[in-house]
Parts: sequence; structure tokens; C-alpha cells
Amino acid sequence: MTEAPALPKLAVWKFASCDGCQLTLLNCEDELLTIVGAVNIAYFPEATRAVVAGPYDVSLVEGSITTPEDAERIHEIRSMSRSLVTIGACATAGGIQALRNFGSVAEFRSIVYAHPEYLSTLDRSTPISAHVNVDFELRGCPVDKIQLLEVLASALQSRNPRIPTYSVCVECKRRGNICVTVANGTPCLGPVTQAGCGALCPSFARGCYGCFGPQDSPNMAGFTERLRGLGMSDEDAVRIYRTFNADAEAFRAESERISPSKEDAAR
Amino acid sequence: MTDDTRVLGLAGLQALIDALGLRGYTVIGPTVRDGAIVNAPISSLDDLPRGIGDEQDAAHYRLRDRGDEALFGFAAGAQSAKPVLFPSDELLWRSRRTADVTVIDREVEPPPGPPYALIGVRSCDLRAILMHDQILLERTAADVHYAARRAESFVVAVACTDPAGTCFCVSMDTGPSPRGGYDLALTELYADGEHRFVVAVGTDRGAEVLAEVAATTATADDVAVAERVITEASGRMGRALQTDGLKYLLYANVESPHWDDVASRCLACTNCTLVCPTCFCTSVEDVTDLTGVNAERHRVWDSCFSEEFSYIHGGSVRESTRSRYRQWITHKLAAWEDQFGSFGCVGCGRCITWCPAGIDITVEAAALRGTPRKTSQRS
Repeated sequence: MTEAPALPKLAVWKFASCDGCQLTLLNCEDELLTIVGAVNIAYFPEATRAVVAGPYDVSLVEGSITTPEDAERIHEIRSMSRSLVTIGACATAGGIQALRNFGSVAEFRSIVYAHPEYLSTLDRSTPISAHVNVDFELRGCPVDKIQLLEVLASALQSRNPRIPTYSVCVECKRRGNICVTVANGTPCLGPVTQAGCGALCPSFARGCYGCFGPQDSPNMAGFTERLRGLGMSDEDAVRIYRTFNADAEAFRAESERISPSKEDAAR
Repeated sequence: MTDDTRVLGLAGLQALIDALGLRGYTVIGPTVRDGAIVNAPISSLDDLPRGIGDEQDAAHYRLRDRGDEALFGFAAGAQSAKPVLFPSDELLWRSRRTADVTVIDREVEPPPGPPYALIGVRSCDLRAILMHDQILLERTAADVHYAARRAESFVVAVACTDPAGTCFCVSMDTGPSPRGGYDLALTELYADGEHRFVVAVGTDRGAEVLAEVAATTATADDVAVAERVITEASGRMGRALQTDGLKYLLYANVESPHWDDVASRCLACTNCTLVCPTCFCTSVEDVTDLTGVNAERHRVWDSCFSEEFSYIHGGSVRESTRSRYRQWITHKLAAWEDQFGSFGCVGCGRCITWCPAGIDITVEAAALRGTPRKTSQRS
């Protein structure tokens, strides 16, 4: 009896995050059988208690680095992984918890916790790439299922993933959506945001929230001018730049440039 | 208009839609969706935007109540016929790897569905279709999917009688009245007397279909009124583009500091190119499933405003937004002429209306001449 070739080993790791990106993998209902036929799910606590020891062919990493322990753990994971792919806004840009980067963690800690001395946390929430070398960063809050499968397929087939970096507007126009900004005056982050979600919110007549972070050529100053033209205050513009990708370079820099708050101006 | 100019009433227009449906066409016409005029399958006059007009300016589009019964009382809709004849995502072929890894079973997908009858095509958009015929059919490598769709399509053009604030077809010499390329062309008359459509016949096929509906011979008065509303529309263009020596103007301005000014406003979002009826750039995307057994090749709309568009080994040729805008407008207003013998702009104004930053091709071209002018502001 000949032995079947060993399947590539997949590991899924969690750092500071909401689990939504890992859930996207479990939400691949129609494809799950194909996935388990193509890879050996070696470490994925959200799906199974069974653990196969490393090293791993592909590691999907969810979440940002927010504690001293995690800053150590990510190096171990890197050393056990042939290919390390970050999934989602937390792992790729620090996530919504990177809002701490604009404030004082000591102050938050003293307000929220009765015994802050038990809490060990870093001053900043940082993406995985700030700590170890990353082979690919998949954007999104959460990641898109089809993009996740594409990244997984590309890792298994040793090719580059086909993940476009242009704006959400491309997806709107390909879908035949009517521009919510032009036809309704709705502020929409689509022009400065990377595609990937299939223009989900504009397809339901909502402005884009920027879940996939900045597109490859974001003109943030020009975009802020348009927001002002639509009647948005700079204070509100700062708020829409600082959500799921608050510390992504383009969004962070623009939010600091226009922030009316003294604290930010002093940074 | 010739002696065989005919007139259709409202019932006649419905009969025309029915006749096209009976001939097996999927009838596509203007209708209202999500606050805009879009092209969609229609079956009755009730689907048409009765009494709906539009208000268009840079980065501004709103529907308005016209207070009349006009069925085609609006200017360029959100999209031209481009998404119908040249869809944003076209499956070119599928392949399946068999047991022998070297064998790939390749199937070219036939163009799907029944032929289209396009109702309400404006002269600017019709001119754009003729450009696509030239570009996609008449060069060395014809687009077989476009060719099949185009050969079967039936075009009912409609003259523009109420241009919008961003229209400049008169400058580009493409309208407002269609001049060929149609099977039938309608001019809607609603302001005086009976609501009717003066019909010009463009092809034998058009004459055949028209013979099936109750059209009467147009009176001299009908023809005169139709000519008058078109002349009046020509005088109400919201924008103008001075085309004299335009090609040389663009070529002479390759290093103009004005490109930096445009780049400070341009969001590189690609909207202008994706609403443009003549933009035809695409990219080819290959997708595989997890097993690597099944693969598909798609041809998808692309845009010269994305960084990846000009990527070749080592990097992107046009890294700056400045160079991308310059590339686009120079192609439209200069290089297109060297390439295809005409301007690549038909004056529909969509790139102005649907640019979220309100960048205006007529204003930028005027600025290059050193004669910046104030745009007409309707709102």
C-alpha cells in the first residue's frame, strides 16, 4: 500500500482580535471539505482541539500585538512557519484596538480596571509586520472569504495571490452600483480604500467604512477636501479615518494632520 | 430626415418593445434605480423614467421631477451601453486538469443569453459603440465575445432633447441627434400636441421591425418640430470643450506644472474610466480553486488610474497620480486621434459627473490652454 503524499500543514493563530477573521475560514461552508482535503489543519483551536506539532507550511495569523507575551509568541510562530500570512485589519494594521495608540494606555487602564496593577499590556497595538517578517498581508475587517481562499490556494500552489490593491470604486462600478457620494451626497471612504469586500456597504446604499485600509495610491488630503465639501467637520473626518484601520499609515497620518485635538497635534 | 420618416404614439412605442421581445431580444432600456437612470431589462412603458429628469454637475447627480410626461427627458445615465456589450467581467475560458497533468481541457465559453435590443441609446453613446466596433472588432485580434454580442444587437437610439450640465457632445461633434449606427432612431415630442416619437429608419432590420408596429408617416410639421427640439438642445449644452489644435496642446503640455494641480485633487479612484463609454482597457485574471484542478480566465475592466495597471517587471510605469491623469486625458484628447483617427471623448460628461472629486475634463483642457474658465453651475 502506497502512502498518500502528506498534506501541507495549516496553522491558525490568534492574537488581540475578535475572532471574526478565523470565523471567515469556518464560514467557507461550501469549500470546507475541499479545504480539509487540500490541507492538514494542524493547529486551529477555534475549530478543533487536536494539535499537530509544527513546523507548519502555512500559518494564518489573526490579531495584533498588544502584550509583552504576544510580542514573544509571534517570533516562535514565525520560526515554525514556512509561510506566514496575516489575516485582517488587526494583524495587518493594529486593528480598532490601535485607537490606544492615539491616547494614554495608563489613563485607560486606571479608568477601566479596579486593579490595573494586574494588567500587563503594551502602550501600542501593532501589526504583525512590526515584529516579524510577513509573507502576505490580507486586508479586511473581517477578511473576505473569497480572498482568503485565493490566498490559501496561492500559498499551496506557490504562486502570488491575486489580491488587487485598487480602490473600492472599481468594485462598485463593476457591480453596477450607483455612487452614493455623487448621487446622494453620502460620505464614502471608497475612493481611498482598498477593494476586496466587493463594495459591500455601497451595495446597500451606505458609504464605505474603510475596513480594508488604504488603497495603493490614496490621496488623503484631496479626499479630506471632498469630505469638507460634503459638509463633514474635521473632527468627524478624524473619526471615520480612525476605525478599523486607524493606525494604517495613510489613515493615521491624515487623521493627525487634520485633528483639531491638542493631544494629537503634540504627537 | 428622409421621406420614410415615421411617427409612433405611446401605444406604438409599447408595440415596438413587444415586437422586439417577440423576436427574442432581451430589451434593455433606461429605468430608475437607486436615485439614477440605469440600463436594465424593460418590458413596458411603465419601466421607463416617465417625467424624470436629471441635474448633473461636477461630482453631482440628482434626479428631478420634470412635471411632464417625457419618457426620455434626461441626459446621460449612470452608464452607457458599455456594460451590456462589453461587460465588466467576461469569462473567457475554463480549464480542468485531467489525470495527466500536461493535458488541459480548454473550453471557450459561448456568449451567454439572447441578443440585446438597446432602447434609448444617446448619440454620444452610440458614437462610443462605433468606436468600440473599430477598436474591438476591426483590429488584428477581434474580441469574439463582443463581436457575437454586437452582431446580434438591435439599437433604438433616442435624440437628446434635454442635455445636462455636464454635456458637451456638440463640442465633440457627436450629438445631440444620432447620425447613423442605429436600427431605429427616435425623437420624442411631448411639449406640443400628442406625445409622439418621430422615427428615422437606419437599417433594413429596423424597417422590418417598424413595419410590425402601427407607425404612420410623419407630417412635415412633425419633422420640423423634431428638428427644432434638437436644435434647441444643441444650444443648451452645460459644458464646452474647445477642440482646435487640442492634440498639439496636449502633446506640448507633457511637462506642464498643471498636472500637479490635478493630482492634488485626483483620488486615483478610477471612476472616470469606468463610466467612460469609450474606455476599453481590461486586464486578464486567472483564478484557480484550492485543488488547482479547475481554473478560469476572466477579462475584467481595468483602469489606467490604478497603480497595478502599468506594472511591468520591476515596478509600475506610472507611479504618480500626476502621470496617470496626464496619460488618461492625453489618450482621450490626443493620442486616440493618432491611434484611431478621432477624439476618444464623445462629450457625454460622465467623467465629470461621476468623479467624486469633481475633476472636469473640459476645465482641465482649458487650463492647459492657459484660459481657465468658470464652469456652469446649475445647483
